[in-house]
Amino acid sequence: MKRWRVALGALLLALLLGGGALWLINFNDGIDIADPQPPAGDAAEQIERGAYLARTGNCLACHTARGGAPGAGGLALATPYGTLYTSNLTPDAEAGIGRWSAAAFWRALHHGRSADGRLLYPVFPYTHTTLLTRADADALFSYFRSLPASPLPVPEHELRWPYSTQLALAVWRALYFRPGGFEPDPAQDAAWNRGAYLVRGVAHCSACHASRDRWGGADWRDLSGGLMAAQGWYAPSLLDAREAGLAQWPTAEIVRLLKTGHADGGSASGPMAEVVLHGTQHFSDTDLSAMATYLKALPQAPATADSVTPAPRTPGRLAMAGEKLYQDRCASCHGEQGEGQPGAYPPLAGNRAVTLTRTENLLQTLLYGGFGPATAGHPRPYGMPPFTQVLSDADIAAVLSHIRSSWGNQAPEVSPLDVHTMRAALAQALPR
Amino acid sequence: MPQSTALRRHARAWLLAGAMLACFGAAAAAKPFEDSIAQRAQACTFCHGEQGRAGPDGYYPRLAGKPAGYLYHQLLNFRDGRRHYGLMTRMVDVLSDAYLLEIAEYFAALDVPYAPPARPATPPPEPLLARGRELVQRGNPAMRLPACVQCHGERLTGALPAVPGLLGLPPDYLMAQLGGWRTGQRRAHEPDCMASVVQRLSDRDAHAIVSWLALKPVPADARPAPQAPPLPPGAPDLKCGAAPLPGAAR
Repeated sequence: MKRWRVALGALLLALLLGGGALWLINFNDGIDIADPQPPAGDAAEQIERGAYLARTGNCLACHTARGGAPGAGGLALATPYGTLYTSNLTPDAEAGIGRWSAAAFWRALHHGRSADGRLLYPVFPYTHTTLLTRADADALFSYFRSLPASPLPVPEHELRWPYSTQLALAVWRALYFRPGGFEPDPAQDAAWNRGAYLVRGVAHCSACHASRDRWGGADWRDLSGGLMAAQGWYAPSLLDAREAGLAQWPTAEIVRLLKTGHADGGSASGPMAEVVLHGTQHFSDTDLSAMATYLKALPQAPATADSVTPAPRTPGRLAMAGEKLYQDRCASCHGEQGEGQPGAYPPLAGNRAVTLTRTENLLQTLLYGGFGPATAGHPRPYGMPPFTQVLSDADIAAVLSHIRSSWGNQAPEVSPLDVHTMRAALAQALPR
Repeated sequence: MPQSTALRRHARAWLLAGAMLACFGAAAAAKPFEDSIAQRAQACTFCHGEQGRAGPDGYYPRLAGKPAGYLYHQLLNFRDGRRHYGLMTRMVDVLSDAYLLEIAEYFAALDVPYAPPARPATPPPEPLLARGRELVQRGNPAMRLPACVQCHGERLTGALPAVPGLLGLPPDYLMAQLGGWRTGQRRAHEPDCMASVVQRLSDRDAHAIVSWLALKPVPADARPAPQAPPLPPGAPDLKCGAAPLPGAAR
């Protein structure tokens, strides 16, 4: 009986301590959101600066529903935990942030808490915006306040239990989130530091390019590549020359890719095409150069044995079946030897997107086609038709195996079973 | 709303069928590469047929010769969520207004002959066709239903800048569009005049109109009328929404 009481007491104490720690971690931010102080400085200048940050940080891409009023939210974001709807950032008093103070907005960006005190879900990348300076947060606030107010209420999130609870969120945050500003590295120059601020904070690149664990947590500085489960795309590693590492790229080419969506060494597709279209093309050349400086300097993964001395491969049975399909269907644009058409159709020989270990992106491109982003710097991109209705799983496996093992490419085959499994999953991610 | 269920069922069956049917991408004879809009549009003609003359299965409609304003609106509608077909939305998702307009103008300028209408296995009954013709040409003032020709042109080949022709289209496609408007699957810019017309249309009348339209051959000069026909006295003046052209003052 006594032991039972001690155990109960210990349990209660642990709960109390744990709860206290959770509260301290999540709610002890000490920001007075009742502080009515408006953002300092010239209003027009603030709005312009905020517009630049909002555009380059791609806020509106998520905070606008397809065809909806800019910033009015309501876009459904599918996650492994349920569907979330982005919030209305227009100055409507009821539906939007019309009653918010600048301090409340700062707390949302910096601490991930809403004006009503609730913890916010990390689909809103406050894991990254926490690095933003107060001045940048205030500029963003001024900009959103300048948008036309939209009274459209946002649907309630549809999350499964226990992900729908604030307690689960508090635990998640205790594990994966620490509010913190951006600390410049004195050992690096100004361009590197500006680039780090933009890549890690404003552009929140690691929201996609980091590998997440099963609870959706990650090291938010990591850029070693991540699977975007709900979208069915893989954001390749920026630390690996075999994926999307940029250490060997000239700065001008990195700038060109982020500005136009197209560069000699590759082009933006899928979610990255959206990022370039709505976001990075709006960065100034100086800022893009700074980002390139930071991205080039990222520590690169050491080349593994198989990348140094590739074993000569003979094309397998699948790849040989794919050759005829390739010549019939693909060669007219991508060239008989996978050489591509400069400025229009990418080469497949030596193309990292083709030889990537993960084949989601390759399959997405073949099944659903699409155009490159129509940016100011590259306004009339070429496109690829969708092949999902003309090619069987076996055909797709054959043609992908062929392009992955021809013209010097040395990537493993893709089996019809892989195609079959992935195809069903990718179809779920098509726009409705 | 029992009246609308048939239309709705039709629309759904059509969507399903479309998802299963193949678009037999034209095995285009290899032409040398050129830096042109035609080259760029090959991503479209793969499904919509060579020169946009329609896919072979009736699901991917003709693009050639339709008014540029109409095509432009549809491209925007797919991109901005007023029409719903995942493959099509994916194609236009990251394209700009200006580029979509250029693509629309390219297909609008193509002058490609139409095939004669397909004869249905069982011809529609004569009273149904008569009802269809009556509604197309005169509408029904009692039901406040305007005649199709009021907007789509005396010859039903459409009218510039943005009203499409109604001839040369498969009956299933026409029926599916009316169903789509009824269920909200297909929308246009506000005010959505076509949606308001379809709301007043019974299943039977929709069937009658489609049956008659699908049998009518396209006239030799299939080009859209240069402007909307004059409004007949007493006819309701429909207000139809439109997108501002890229670069126009907003």
